[in-house]
Amino acid sequence: MTEQTKTGFFGEFGGQFVPDQVKEALNQVAAAYNQFKDDPQFQQELAYYLKDYSGRPTPLYFAESLTKYLKGAKIYLKREDLNHLGAHKLNNVLGQILLAKRMGKNKVIAETGAGQHGVATAAAAAKFGMECEIFMGAEDVERQKLNVFRMNLLGAKVHAVHTGNGTLKNAVDAAFSYFSQHLADTYYVLGSAVGPYPYPMMVKDFQSVISREAKKQILKKEGRLPDAVIACVGGGSNAIGAFAEFISDPQVRLIGAEAAGKGVDTPENAATMTNGKIGISDGMRSYVLQDDQGNILPAYSISAGLDYPGVGPEHSYLKDAKRAEYYPITDQEAVAAFVLLSKTEGIIPALESSHAVAQAVKIVPKMDPKQIVIINISGRGDKDVSQVARYLGRKI
Amino acid sequence: MTNNKPATTLTNAFKKSSKTFIGFLTAGDPTFEKSVKQILALAEAGTDIIEIGIPFSDPVADGPVIQAADLRAFAAEITTDKVFELVAAVRQKSQVPLAFLVYLNNVFKYGYEKFFKRCAKLQVGGLIIPDLPFEERAEVLPFAQKYGVALIPLVAPTSGQRIPSVVKDATGFVYAVSSMGVTGVRDQINTDLAKMVAEIHQATDVPVAIGFGIHTPQQAARVAQVADGVIVGSAIVKIIAQNKQQTLTELKKYATAMKKALSSRLNKSK
Ligand SMILES: Cc1ncc(COP(=O)(O)O)c(C=O)c1O
Repeated sequence: MTEQTKTGFFGEFGGQFVPDQVKEALNQVAAAYNQFKDDPQFQQELAYYLKDYSGRPTPLYFAESLTKYLKGAKIYLKREDLNHLGAHKLNNVLGQILLAKRMGKNKVIAETGAGQHGVATAAAAAKFGMECEIFMGAEDVERQKLNVFRMNLLGAKVHAVHTGNGTLKNAVDAAFSYFSQHLADTYYVLGSAVGPYPYPMMVKDFQSVISREAKKQILKKEGRLPDAVIACVGGGSNAIGAFAEFISDPQVRLIGAEAAGKGVDTPENAATMTNGKIGISDGMRSYVLQDDQGNILPAYSISAGLDYPGVGPEHSYLKDAKRAEYYPITDQEAVAAFVLLSKTEGIIPALESSHAVAQAVKIVPKMDPKQIVIINISGRGDKDVSQVARYLGRKI
Repeated sequence: MTNNKPATTLTNAFKKSSKTFIGFLTAGDPTFEKSVKQILALAEAGTDIIEIGIPFSDPVADGPVIQAADLRAFAAEITTDKVFELVAAVRQKSQVPLAFLVYLNNVFKYGYEKFFKRCAKLQVGGLIIPDLPFEERAEVLPFAQKYGVALIPLVAPTSGQRIPSVVKDATGFVYAVSSMGVTGVRDQINTDLAKMVAEIHQATDVPVAIGFGIHTPQQAARVAQVADGVIVGSAIVKIIAQNKQQTLTELKKYATAMKKALSSRLNKSK
């Protein structure tokens, strides 16, 4: 295989498995990204908005009460929930919107599942005076009315996508299709470290601010690297951002928590690394939930942000290279962790992030008190309280 | 390439006095048995090449009409093995040139070598794999070459400067996509098809067929002025979707009308 055909791969994973119609659009994005990613002016502008608009750096917080409760390693929380709009999503959105501006585009589109990425994109588009259209599965539009209203409030138009089962995957397809037909003025802000090249690389770069900060912060507070970093994995953007700066430090365990839904032995799960097989879907080669014919299976999780049958290609690479480990967390374990962090630290984590907390609950008690664990709290849980109440059988 | 290679069956289907008519349907829509009969009916009515879609959960290049066909095929529990059995059943009665429309993951999961080998055995001339651009073609190229099965490249209206690379090693035929977006009938095609086809012809000797959006005989005749053939999918699938008693008759009627439009056009231009 020539050098050129290997662009965009992590080992055997990744690539650009898309119809030729989408190629031109991807090539333009890749060219712009490669042109600007190391441009000091671009980086300076991004740093400015991350600081003054999003509120970075986010704290690396010593979770003393949770540490006492779990009686094992010392626990730090990387507080991505304190970003503007309450999640790590904006790190990536700001990067891509600034890129879109550099490319001379005045309109952005995005896919969204639960609506978090759609809201972040709508907000940044409003801020930069760009037109914004969001593609969302018809089923999700129904389930996430509040976020649909938020996006409308921020000036975005929301398209309900009726194809397939009307969820995230269909929204991605619709967004790519629209993108390829409106190349002249439109930029597609993809929300996770998934899809065809250059998105997995680009989203990783923009999310790496998480571990760049965390590494500095832990070295300052503890004078050494952590023993483990734990993050939840949907498409894998917050996790790859939290891992990035530690990948070359073999003493740091990198641990991903994926959604086991109602259990990895039930059909209702999103445990891609546990139950998935290597396949080609959403423009990339990666692990994916599929049947014996290669058809992609629907995913399920209580957490809409983790409800995805695939995973970013670099995670598949890190898994096979045994550099990162991935474990399934059930709805039940995630909800218990949601409650635990709320009660011990007064921090309500997103249901997505609760999967990472739940993984910490499993391993921290077996660790030495001299060891250090960082949990990435990718978002805040305000959006999830009514769902958790329902799960716990409480009326609100 | 020697003449008994499956890919040659496709190229030969263009060496006729009229322009080539390529009809698409989804395997197993609505049942295995009906699919076999539909393919034979289309062949009997003069369809030059039949493109058989292997149903997939995520048909990114297909619009609502073909997506619905995939769902009907899944309801009939069509698997890749069943599709090959279906082709075997067709082959007992007809040597009509065949191609598959298949997404890469189905082929990958089945096993590249096994898939291409079975294609060759059943004289399936080529594969149209919408999510396999030429940059990733190395995935399957060795098997395509070993078994003489064509990888039919898709050229999009935005392919532009990529055209020479996209069609460079083409065998069988080249699939020129008339419009951006997904499959489905369209009333208007805005792409400069003549220019697109000319660019393809400059880069390769294999014939060029235009697809996406074509449904009426008039449209087909117009498009055929600039191309070697036309591909019709959603319009045929719509007939099948009605699932009426007279579906086979209607398919034959439609194919006959299309064939006629394609030959009269050629005669006029002579
Ligand atoms: C708070 C939060 N965490 C995590 C995720 C999962 O995405 P990723 O795996 O790309 O970080 C989402 C997605 O919506 C989210 O909103």
